[in-house]
Amino acid sequence: MSAVVESHDHHHGPKKGLLRWLFTTNHKDIGTLYLWFSFLMFLTGGAMAMGIRAELFEPGLQLMDPIRYNQLVTMHGLIMIFGGVMPAFVGLANWLIPMQIGAPDMALPRMNNLSFWLLPAAFTILLSTAFMEGGMPGFGWTFYAPLSTNYPNIAYFVFAIHIMGISSIMGSINVIVTIMNMRAPGLSLMKMPLFVWSWLITAYLLIAVMPVLAGAVTMLLMDAYFGTSFFDAAGGGDPVLFQHIFWFFGHPEVYIMILPAFGITSHIISTFSRKPLFGHSSMVYAMVSIAVLSFVVWAHHMFTVGMPLVAELFFMWATMLIAIPTGVKVFNWVATIFKGSITYETPMLFAIAFVVLFTIGGFSGLMLAITPADFQYHDTYFVVAHFHYVLVPGAVFSIMAAVYYWLPKWTGNMYDEKMGKLHFWLSFIGVNVTFFPQHFVGLAGMPRRYADYALQFAEWNAVSSIGAFLFGFSQLLFLYIVVKAVMAGKKATPQVWDGARGLEWTVDSPAPYHTFEVPPKITEQTKL
Amino acid sequence: MAYMKKELGLLTLLTLPFISSADWLDVNMPVGVTDISQDVFGLHMLMFWIMIAIGVVVFGVLFYAMWKYRRSNNKTAADFEENHKLEIAWTVVPTIILILMALPASSLLKKMYDHEAEEGGIDIQVIGWQWKWQYKYLDEKVGDKPLSFFSNLTTPSDQYETNQATKGENYLLEVDEEVVVPINTPIRFLITSNDVIHSWYMSDFAVKQDAIPGFINVAKTTINEPGVYRGNCTELCGERHAYMPVVVRAVTRDEYQDWLQSKKDAAEQVAFLTEKDWTLAELMEQGEEIYNTRCAACHQMNGAGIPGFYPALAGSDLVLYDKPKHIEILMEGVRGSQMQSFAEQLNEVEMASVITFTRQSWGNDRAGDGEIVIPKDIVEYKQKDS
Repeated sequence: MSAVVESHDHHHGPKKGLLRWLFTTNHKDIGTLYLWFSFLMFLTGGAMAMGIRAELFEPGLQLMDPIRYNQLVTMHGLIMIFGGVMPAFVGLANWLIPMQIGAPDMALPRMNNLSFWLLPAAFTILLSTAFMEGGMPGFGWTFYAPLSTNYPNIAYFVFAIHIMGISSIMGSINVIVTIMNMRAPGLSLMKMPLFVWSWLITAYLLIAVMPVLAGAVTMLLMDAYFGTSFFDAAGGGDPVLFQHIFWFFGHPEVYIMILPAFGITSHIISTFSRKPLFGHSSMVYAMVSIAVLSFVVWAHHMFTVGMPLVAELFFMWATMLIAIPTGVKVFNWVATIFKGSITYETPMLFAIAFVVLFTIGGFSGLMLAITPADFQYHDTYFVVAHFHYVLVPGAVFSIMAAVYYWLPKWTGNMYDEKMGKLHFWLSFIGVNVTFFPQHFVGLAGMPRRYADYALQFAEWNAVSSIGAFLFGFSQLLFLYIVVKAVMAGKKATPQVWDGARGLEWTVDSPAPYHTFEVPPKITEQTKL
Repeated sequence: MAYMKKELGLLTLLTLPFISSADWLDVNMPVGVTDISQDVFGLHMLMFWIMIAIGVVVFGVLFYAMWKYRRSNNKTAADFEENHKLEIAWTVVPTIILILMALPASSLLKKMYDHEAEEGGIDIQVIGWQWKWQYKYLDEKVGDKPLSFFSNLTTPSDQYETNQATKGENYLLEVDEEVVVPINTPIRFLITSNDVIHSWYMSDFAVKQDAIPGFINVAKTTINEPGVYRGNCTELCGERHAYMPVVVRAVTRDEYQDWLQSKKDAAEQVAFLTEKDWTLAELMEQGEEIYNTRCAACHQMNGAGIPGFYPALAGSDLVLYDKPKHIEILMEGVRGSQMQSFAEQLNEVEMASVITFTRQSWGNDRAGDGEIVIPKDIVEYKQKDS
C-alpha cells in the first residue's frame, strides 16, 4: 500500500538538473526539447541563408568561392527542412496531441525520447563534414545523382539522413498509436481537433515516404562506394530513376511540412474570430485529398527531364487538381472570419498572413503546374520564390503563430503583446521584400543555385538581400520575446484566449507536468 | 490553341504598355523569338491574369471581412457552420476554371512535343560538360567527323573573382564560340551530357531541356529573328554551374553557309600547324591562355588545386617527371573523377602547349625534368592509340 503511495508521489514533478532532459519520457518535456532544437537549427540554417544573400547582394564573387556557396545552399535546405520545420511540428505534436485528445501522454514515451535524441546525433554527423577535407555536401538538398555520387564525404550525409528518417518514422508511429488508442471516451474521429487530424495524416505520409528516401540514399551509397551503377549511365544505370525515387519521397515531404500548418491556422482563426470553424469535416476531407494526391504528382518537379507527352499531361492535370482541396481550405478560413468578432493579437496576425501569403505561393504553384510555362519557370528563381512563399510565410509563420498562441499555456505567462506585434510586422515586411522580387528575376530567367549572375538581375537581388537581413535579424527578437515569457510575464488564465476551444484550455496555465491522468468526459456540450 | 487565340491576343494587348517599357522586361518572362515562345508567353500571361482575378476576389472578401467584423465594430460573432450550396459552389467553380486552363496548356504542350525531323532542318547535338557546352553539327562533316566545337565562358576572372575589372555588358553571358544557326529553319537540338546532369536553357526560344548522361532529349525550335540570344545552364552541375552560358547567334541562311565554310577551313589549318616547329615561348603563350580558360577553374591560377576536390599541378610528381602519363591523362581523362578527356576539346597544338605550360610554370621547370611537349608528340600518341 505504502509503495503505491510512494510511486504516486514520485509522479508529480520532473527530475532536477540536466538528466531530466536526457532521460525524460514526458511529452511536454520532449515537446520543449524538439522546439528548442528546431529553433537552434532555424538560426543555423538562417545564418547560412544570410551568407547566401550576402554573396548574392551584387554580381561577382565577394565572400566565398562557388564550392562554399553550393555547400551553404545545400546545408541551408537540409537544415531548414529536416532540422527546422519538421522537428518544430513534432514538438508541437508532442505538446498538443495528448492535451487535445485528453490523453495523459504519448503512447510510447521511451521511443519518444529516443526519436528526439537521434536528431542532435544526426545533425552533429551532418555538420561535422564542415571540418573535414572536401567539406560539407554541395549538391543541393535534392542530391541529384550522378553529381552527388562523386562528391566527398557523402557517407556522412547518407548516414545522417538515415538517422533522421528513423527518428521521423518512430515519431510518426507514436503519433498514430496515440491518436488511435488514447482519445478520451466520446471523442470520435470526426470530432477530433484539426491539428490532431492534420498530424494523423502527416504521420501516415511520413511512414509511407521516409523508407523511400532511405532507399534512395542507400542506392547512392552503393553507387559511390560499392561499385553498383543504379544511377550511373556508363554502367547501365539511369540518372532519371534517381529523380523519380527522390520526388516520390519529395513531394509528400512538401505536404508533411504544410499539413500541420493547416491544423494550427484553423484553430487560431476560429479562436480570434470567436466563431467555430466554418467546415470542420470538409477541412478533414480536403486534407485527406491533398495527402492522397501528393503521391501522384511527383514528376511535376521533373517536367524538363524528357518524359513522354502522356506522362507530362498526367502530372500536369493531377497537380492542377490539388488546387481544388487547397481552395476549399482557403475559402473555409475566409468563411470562418466572416461575421466573426475579430481581434488581432500576434497569433492571429501570423495566421492571417499565413492565409494570404500561402495563397500567393499557391498561385505561383498553379502557374508552375502548367507544363508549357514550366519549361520557362523550371529551376529559376520563380521556383525559389514559390517554395519560399509556402515554406516561410507558410510553414514557418504557422509555427510562430502556434508558439505565440500556446506559449501562455506552456509557460503560464503571457508574452509581450507589443513586442510580438513588432516581431510580426518586421517578419512580414522582411519576408515579402526578400521573396517577392525573386518572382521577377526568375521570370526574367535567373537560374537558381547560382553563386553569381548576369548584371540585369542586380537591382532586385540587392533588394532581396536587404529583405533577408531584415527578416533574419528580426528572429532574434522572437528569441527575446519567448525567453522573456518563459522567465516572467502577466499570469495567464487557464482559458487564455476567450474564444479558444479545445481540451487544452480546460487545464491550468502553465499546464501541470501531468495532465488528464483521468480522461475527461466528452459530451455534446464540450466545445472542441 | 486556335480557339484561345482571340483571348490570348487580347490579353497580350492589355499587357503591351508594360512590355514596351524596357524595365518591365527585367521583371517578366521574355516574349521570345519563336512561335512557341510567343504562345508560352501568352499562356503565362493568361495564367497570370487569372491568378490576379482570383486573388482580387478572395483577398477582397477576406480584407473586407477583416475590417467589417473587427471586434470594435461587431461585438458578438455569428454562430454558423457549413452551407452546402456555398461549399458546392467553391468546389465546382475552381474546377471549371482549372479545366479552362488545362485545355490551352495541353494543346500547346502537344505542339511543343513535335520532335520529328523536317525537310531542310538541321540537327545539332548539344553535350553538357563540367563546365562548358559542346556542339556537334551532325549534318556537316569535317573529314569523316561532324563539325564540332566547345563553347567556353570568356568573361575574364578578374571581373568575377577579384572584382577588380569593370563588369562587361554581357558579364557571364559571353563565350568563345557561339552556336551559329540559320533563321526560319527547324533546328533540332539533341541534348545529352558527358558527366553530370546539366540543363540547356534558352528563354528566348522557350526551350529548357535537361542534359542527362545516357539519354538524348530533343528540343525543336524555329527562330524568327536574327540576333544573339543568351541563356544558361539550369541544373546544378557542380562548382562552376553559373559559369557555363549558352549563346546562340541566329543569322540568315547565306551567312550561315559562309560561317560553315570558315569553320571547315579553320579545321584544315590545324593540320598544317602541327608540322611547324614550335618554340618554347610560343607554346607557353598559347598554353597560358588555354590553361586560364579550361584548367584554372579547378586547378587554380597558381596550380595549387583545391584540397579534397582538385589535385595540385604545382609540384605534382606526375607533372614533374612523367610526361607520357601526363599526356595520357589529358587525352583520356580520369574515370570516376571530374577530370575529363580533352582529346576532342583541344587540337594537337593546344594540347601540347597547355601541357608544356603546366610543366614549365610555378617552379615546375626547376623542380622536375623540365621536358616540354610539342604538337608532334600528341600526333604520335593518337597514331599509337589507333
